[in-house]
Amino acid sequence: MLRLPELEVIIATSLTEALTRLAAGPAARPILGGTDLVANLKTGHTKAQTLVAIGQLPELQGVDASGDVVRIGAAVHQAELARDPDILELFPALAYAVGRIASPQIRNAGTLGGNLCLDTRCRFINQSDLWREALGGCLKSHGKECHVIPGGGGCVAALSADSVPILMVLGAEAEIARVQDGALVTRRTPIADLYDSDGRRHVRIADGELLVAVHVPKLPHGARAVYRKWAVRQSIDFPLVSVAVRLDLDDAGKLKQGKVAIGVLGPRPRLLALDRWAGRTLDEDLAKQVAQYVFDRSHPLPNVLYDHEYRRERLRVEVLRALRTWYAPAAVGGAGR
Amino acid sequence: MTRPLSDNPTARDLHRITVDHSPVDETPVVGSRHGRVDALDLLTGVGKYADDLVLPRMLHCKILRSPHAHARILHIDTSAAESMQGVHAVITGADLPVRYGVIPWTQDEYPLALDKVRYVGDAVAAVAASSEDVARAALARIAVNYEVLPALADPREALARSDVKIHEDNKHGNISKQVTLAFGDVDAALAQAELVIEGDYLFHGSTHGAIEPHCAIGHVDGHGLLTVWSATQVPHYLHRELGRVLDRPSHSIRVIQPPVGGAFGGKSEPFDLEFCVAKLAELTGRPVKCLYTREEVFLAHRGRHPFQMHYKTGFDRDGHILAVDGKSLLDGGAYSSFGLVTTYYSGQLLGSPYTFPAFRFDSTRVYTNKPCCGPKRGHGSVQPRFAIEVQLDKAAVALGLDPIELRRRNFIGENTQTIGGFHVGSSGFLQCLDEVERASGWRQRRGKLPKGRGLGIAGSTYISGTNYCIYPTELPQSAVQICLDRSGRVRVFVGTSEIGQGSNTVVATLAADELGVELEDMRVLAADSDLTPVDLGAYSSRGTLMAGNACLAATRELAAKLREVIASTWDCPAGDVGLAHRKAYRLSDPSVWMPIQEAFILAESKLGTLGAVGSYKTPTANVHGDYRGGTIGASPAYSFTAHVAEVEVDEETGDVTVLQIWCAHDCGLALSPTLVEGQIEGSTYMGAAEALMEHHRVLPSGLRTDGQKRDTGPGVEGLLAASSLLDYRMPTSMDVPELTALIVERPDPRGPRGAKEAGEGPLHSSIPAIANAVYDAVGVRIDDLPIAPEKILAALKRKASPSGEVR
Repeated sequence: MLRLPELEVIIATSLTEALTRLAAGPAARPILGGTDLVANLKTGHTKAQTLVAIGQLPELQGVDASGDVVRIGAAVHQAELARDPDILELFPALAYAVGRIASPQIRNAGTLGGNLCLDTRCRFINQSDLWREALGGCLKSHGKECHVIPGGGGCVAALSADSVPILMVLGAEAEIARVQDGALVTRRTPIADLYDSDGRRHVRIADGELLVAVHVPKLPHGARAVYRKWAVRQSIDFPLVSVAVRLDLDDAGKLKQGKVAIGVLGPRPRLLALDRWAGRTLDEDLAKQVAQYVFDRSHPLPNVLYDHEYRRERLRVEVLRALRTWYAPAAVGGAGR
Repeated sequence: MTRPLSDNPTARDLHRITVDHSPVDETPVVGSRHGRVDALDLLTGVGKYADDLVLPRMLHCKILRSPHAHARILHIDTSAAESMQGVHAVITGADLPVRYGVIPWTQDEYPLALDKVRYVGDAVAAVAASSEDVARAALARIAVNYEVLPALADPREALARSDVKIHEDNKHGNISKQVTLAFGDVDAALAQAELVIEGDYLFHGSTHGAIEPHCAIGHVDGHGLLTVWSATQVPHYLHRELGRVLDRPSHSIRVIQPPVGGAFGGKSEPFDLEFCVAKLAELTGRPVKCLYTREEVFLAHRGRHPFQMHYKTGFDRDGHILAVDGKSLLDGGAYSSFGLVTTYYSGQLLGSPYTFPAFRFDSTRVYTNKPCCGPKRGHGSVQPRFAIEVQLDKAAVALGLDPIELRRRNFIGENTQTIGGFHVGSSGFLQCLDEVERASGWRQRRGKLPKGRGLGIAGSTYISGTNYCIYPTELPQSAVQICLDRSGRVRVFVGTSEIGQGSNTVVATLAADELGVELEDMRVLAADSDLTPVDLGAYSSRGTLMAGNACLAATRELAAKLREVIASTWDCPAGDVGLAHRKAYRLSDPSVWMPIQEAFILAESKLGTLGAVGSYKTPTANVHGDYRGGTIGASPAYSFTAHVAEVEVDEETGDVTVLQIWCAHDCGLALSPTLVEGQIEGSTYMGAAEALMEHHRVLPSGLRTDGQKRDTGPGVEGLLAASSLLDYRMPTSMDVPELTALIVERPDPRGPRGAKEAGEGPLHSSIPAIANAVYDAVGVRIDDLPIAPEKILAALKRKASPSGEVR
């Protein structure tokens, strides 16, 4: 079987200790559930010398829905979040999205913070060392060539986290901590700005920083969001199409504003605003226009293991079906909320 | 004691053979609801799989594999690895320079590549070290110089290229096997046919996906006996090949097959790891274990061959088949494996359940630089069966006939011969059609389903073992030794391979009834070459029929002895003694009885230790064709299957959801109905997965009918697209349909108590049934598998455009 390399594991007892350890550079990596990291360490394309276990840190725990903004600790397990009564009531689409991550066993171990920091995935990197050696490597491993876009200069491995698109349209922010001049400080970054277009390191969290929590503002009256995921199987799989839609409607049912966030393109999710249709009433005709708009601006790549042209077509249908939940919920095919 | 069988015995007749008219509990164990005799041990962790075994001082072996799809080995330097602390031995091809292969005529593999590597993953060297980590680190320090050769991934290219030979000493280029057989005047029949259906079909590759990876342990004891424990389904063939490759007499080798966590054909020949652990154990004097990674399982493969098929079928206006003409190109991968047999099976197994008045098949298997294909559940006939059954469906549409009716009209019958000369005994095919028609509500519902929903039918047949061993021999194909214990227990020593299918249980049910004990009183010891007689292994669905018959032969001899002793005590004819459920009793007066344990003790005191042996040899007279290849695929008895699938097609996304499948399978007699249902379910699900989802794909994709673009850049030829259970998408419990398993019993005089196979037949027709249901649902044919949503969308687009072309 695949074996883990020899590693030092530090169980951090305070946030400051964890941050200090992590400041050593990329050889030290934080670990929560490890469902992504351990697999990547075993196949060898992620290297580390030290794992800093942060699952016990109090700052990373719990769901606090008492204020206008809900705080979700980075260490909250996906399974917990998917059944949290506050989340189910306030953000059912978020509960649905994290409830579609992987499988029940993995959601019991995996965390929200871990999903946000999920490494990018590509058919040319998530392979054994023999496979990557046979390939001659790629930009993300030991090679110099991109096999997804031959001649391409940047790594385009796909962001594959189910929780990212929905948190983007909900306007969520990441709370990131670091130690500065001996003091603990935190910064807030919108999830929409958390990702970079370099698939080798797509999360904009520096060495010595740590994602501590996610803050999700409660939705105003008339606003609702929907997440739709397509994968070949109903369980276990990473998304092949991943899209979240949020609409804010006025009391007359007309569109005030809307957002669409799309994952599994390249390393960076895409956020599109639907403001051009403000004032319009959503119907099948408008929904098709919106779906076409998204289609025109989204280009799935042959980076994950499915026909990318079909994934693009499928994205159009999933957007359409997300929109139908507003005006024709009975007609929506497939799963989704 | 056995009554002669009537020509057409019913299940009830056969049940009565041993438990005639008994007023005591006469419910036979055979046919009752019971679990597997070994289930509790496996569920509670008492049963040890190969990797659970840990021997004192055991070393760990890892195998270095080629990163090139095709290359010459110029030099291997193992010195750096050998000098590492904890490394005990390193071997290369030069240490085991003997070719092996499961088919004696096509041995073309070395345990470790000798001069060439032929696919990414070919074994090059092996290390025995104190731990897996050390062994792995040592692999990294073995230096291999390769001369990279052009790699052939596309079988058409492999066929055409004469400048690149994958096996230099092969006679005909890269052709691994070519078979053409013709029966009757096919061309004349097609010329006269009212309707000719002609089409191209592509069956993609798939792999077995057994949960237990291959694992083997080798150990040489102080007496020089080499013992190999292996997760194999053919311990006997492994035993033979170990002897050949290691140059050891067979008495100095013991092969033990522990419980196996699934095989499905993927463990039915020797593999590199078994030779490596044996050789390394010889060299180091210590036990050596090798456990494949999941990727190595995908590389070892031996999965279903990709088939590119062209079929022509002629019909008269009433839907009778007049002729079938099939041409197939089989993508064999790097080695032969069972390929010779696969190539024959691709035509020879099609001769029933329908009458073919004229039949020709022309099948060519080629070598390519890819993991080697071999036998997977339904070996060789699943692919052409797909083509045939879709062709029948197209004919039914063209002729305006109900496709079930069309199949009934073509039924070949019972106690008859196929055009290839195979003798077909019992056949419950019509009952299978009736059952799925009834259970699915076919007549009431077909054509009246909501938009996007459809029903599809398909039928099939399979063998209950083959009449001939894969090497020439006059010896029995299966044998048992059986002992009665004075505690009232029965011990059966049998060579069969329990791989999860329930072969131990099948043997136990048969013996329990004959000897009047309960299933719990049976002790089955299987597949240990030192302790059990030879059985050829768990392949071609042979276990129930062959080991079952051997078991009956032994138990009936013992039961006769028991009856005689008891009869002399009771002063009655032996024929008046019944044995059932731990009792010996007088059939004419059941108030006269004794506990079976007492009967065993009585018999032992009179006759000494009670034991018997039984063996089975297949019939050879009038059962197969009298021509070259006419024996390949001939079986003592054939099973029959029909499937109806109900699907829903989402025309917006192309998603195909199988809502329900009904499968009726004629297994002759269900010795263990729950096991038969399990086999029907497992086979059907496996088929449905191949129809819709699974794809053992090598980059670039190789066989395609549409000449589409290459989907990857250069430098990736011969790499598996998916070599993990994440990327190789097998369905989860969330992805499989409702399934109704219907047992049809049409006993065959050649089966034990009439039983035939159940392990492989019920896979075949699930695939075309789904394809035909898709057509019924939305009016498009997907003739290249798997039926993926993008193909549905493309086909719907073609259908919608007036010219029939994609816009």
